[in-house]
Amino acid sequence: MASQPPTMLEFDDIQHIVLTRVPAITGRYEFLSFGEPSRGRRWLAGIIEKIESAQAAAARMEAQNRWVSVAFTWTGLRALGLNEASLASFPEEFRQGMPARWQVLGDTGANHPDHWIEGISGPELHAIAILFARNATERQRSTQEHQAYLARTPGVKILSSLDIDAIPPFDYARDHFGYRDRLSQLEIEGTGIEPTPGSGPPIKAGEFILGYPDEDGPPVGLPQPDILSRNGTYMAYRRLQEHVGAFREFLRTHGDTPEEQEWVAAKLMGRWRSGAPLALAPDKDDPGLAADPQRNNNFTYAKSDPYGYATPLGSHIRRMNPRDTAVNMQRRRMIRRGATYGPPLAEDAPEDGVDRGVAAFVLCASLVRQFEFAQNVWINDPNFHELGNDRDPIIGAQDGTFDMTIPKRPVRRKIRGLPAFTTVRSGAYFFLPGIGALRYLATLSESGR
Amino acid sequence: MSPDDLSGSTRRAFLGSATAATALTLASSAGAEQTPTMVHGPDPTKLAQLKTNPAAEPPSAPKPGDWTKPSAMAIPKEGYFQLEQGRYGPIFPRTPANYGFTIIAKIKPGREATVREYGGTIEKAVREQPDVLAPLRLHYLRWVIFDVGSGPHFMYQGIFDTDFDKYLEDAVALFVKTGINTVFVNLEGWPDDWKTNVPAVIKFFRDHQRPSFLEYGEYPYVSADEVKKALRVKGALSAMLDQMQ
Repeated sequence: MASQPPTMLEFDDIQHIVLTRVPAITGRYEFLSFGEPSRGRRWLAGIIEKIESAQAAAARMEAQNRWVSVAFTWTGLRALGLNEASLASFPEEFRQGMPARWQVLGDTGANHPDHWIEGISGPELHAIAILFARNATERQRSTQEHQAYLARTPGVKILSSLDIDAIPPFDYARDHFGYRDRLSQLEIEGTGIEPTPGSGPPIKAGEFILGYPDEDGPPVGLPQPDILSRNGTYMAYRRLQEHVGAFREFLRTHGDTPEEQEWVAAKLMGRWRSGAPLALAPDKDDPGLAADPQRNNNFTYAKSDPYGYATPLGSHIRRMNPRDTAVNMQRRRMIRRGATYGPPLAEDAPEDGVDRGVAAFVLCASLVRQFEFAQNVWINDPNFHELGNDRDPIIGAQDGTFDMTIPKRPVRRKIRGLPAFTTVRSGAYFFLPGIGALRYLATLSESGR
Repeated sequence: MSPDDLSGSTRRAFLGSATAATALTLASSAGAEQTPTMVHGPDPTKLAQLKTNPAAEPPSAPKPGDWTKPSAMAIPKEGYFQLEQGRYGPIFPRTPANYGFTIIAKIKPGREATVREYGGTIEKAVREQPDVLAPLRLHYLRWVIFDVGSGPHFMYQGIFDTDFDKYLEDAVALFVKTGINTVFVNLEGWPDDWKTNVPAVIKFFRDHQRPSFLEYGEYPYVSADEVKKALRVKGALSAMLDQMQ
């Protein structure tokens, strides 16, 4: 019998990563594999106290220097000893895992799971421990502490790890291409988080957190038992290498002057690299607008720019959030977390072949309806917005056969045969349980309860 | 970067005609090696084969072809040439008659008249809000009731400009909003919990989809959007000529 959905969000049970952006400029992801179920549970039992809820993180934001989150793959839940009936209650796409969904996600060619690194494409990947740290010293301390803890919990091993580092200067978040990041946010009902103008209508919490009403009504089809799914969410991990040399070369090829190169970069993204949206600054960059959260996300497309003369229909931000030019938007939104990894490439340096990019998480209540839809349609459907032969210019599956259409009077500009600026290097589907569900998993009996 | 599109899209035209040829070749050669058996749901074994066999990667999505050349496409029994996994099942290919589906289901005993009345419901909905069905990106809809001796069946045939799998949730949301969904309540196999169980509704459509084995386009691969654009240009040109009298 299902219990009644709570009326208030249980901030003391929701892992902080779902609702909180912490002041971290560094961190580390560790991908784990358990041996015997009892060993995985023992590791988990000892780590739970390190995992902060949204409430705890908010209360101790200034005092805290590191923040830990833990999530599991489907095979990881089995490796903890969860019974088959519970395992079967998880949705199909999560059970299959990200590598098996490569066609849906558009992970073709160089992006195919056969080429993925980190050694996490197989069923032996059971969990991820995410560390966000205030500085590199804190990361080192936390990493050593986890190493020492692992030495006391034999059978649990690290398959691989990835250090993440924000790109200096740390005045605002940016990616390796130089684009300002984290400008768009969501308003989730009941969180009390003040949205910036242009965030769109409030969205029901059940679109992101299991156990609450979603845009369609009361929650249905949740993984069982209820204690396991309550306050949990699904999390898609994507590690995208950014080919900075290729990106800069592209700008030089398609722009004769630095100004024209910035214009091309802006048209690909839908924002100037400063973060100023083309919707509000169509002709030239406006750093003041970019830095003003009251204005930098406050725009729509349907009436002001239906043909994409300012913000191209196929630009990255117009695909990932079509705002008022798509139906059913409230059921397609996602929470994004994550960071950059790898050393920045100096502005005047040639491509050095070093792996650098973005290692991000997408959090949502339904991977197939939210994350996979975005990958399948918004990012990789060549006919999105009737474009015909375009994919997302930044993160689409580009192989040199797709175009970038830039609406322009009197005649549009079309860049043929866009190169790939990013490559998927690895990825996985995780279930990020609530704190109570972590305790439930840590205390499963040998019979799987 | 050079301004273009006045010179025409030669590459696209080339790829369009090549796609049809490739598809037909695949139908005769790949069919034997890799008979697709999956109709209603993902087959882990098949996915695993595809995953480990890069050669099995499907051809890229069909490109718009030369609309001046009528084109026909014979389609294998499975409804596709090579298994390409969509979010909810195999992707059915774009044909010279664009995308589409044909849903056939048996009407519950005594409900034929109720189903028939829904014709008027939809007519009224579109009259009151002409763009109500726009999210479905339709060319045409045909609703038919027929009885070949085993009782009345309902056929819902649509031709549209996006593959069946991509916007399924949007379509279901629209069906709920316009009341189209309630016509399905009169069909056998429709899930009782359809109001809250979108995956079950999607499964119903998947289970009752009958793929074509031949599709033809007199002006192949042309989208409704392109047709409307051409007619708008024609109208504008006509107005311009009027002004020059």
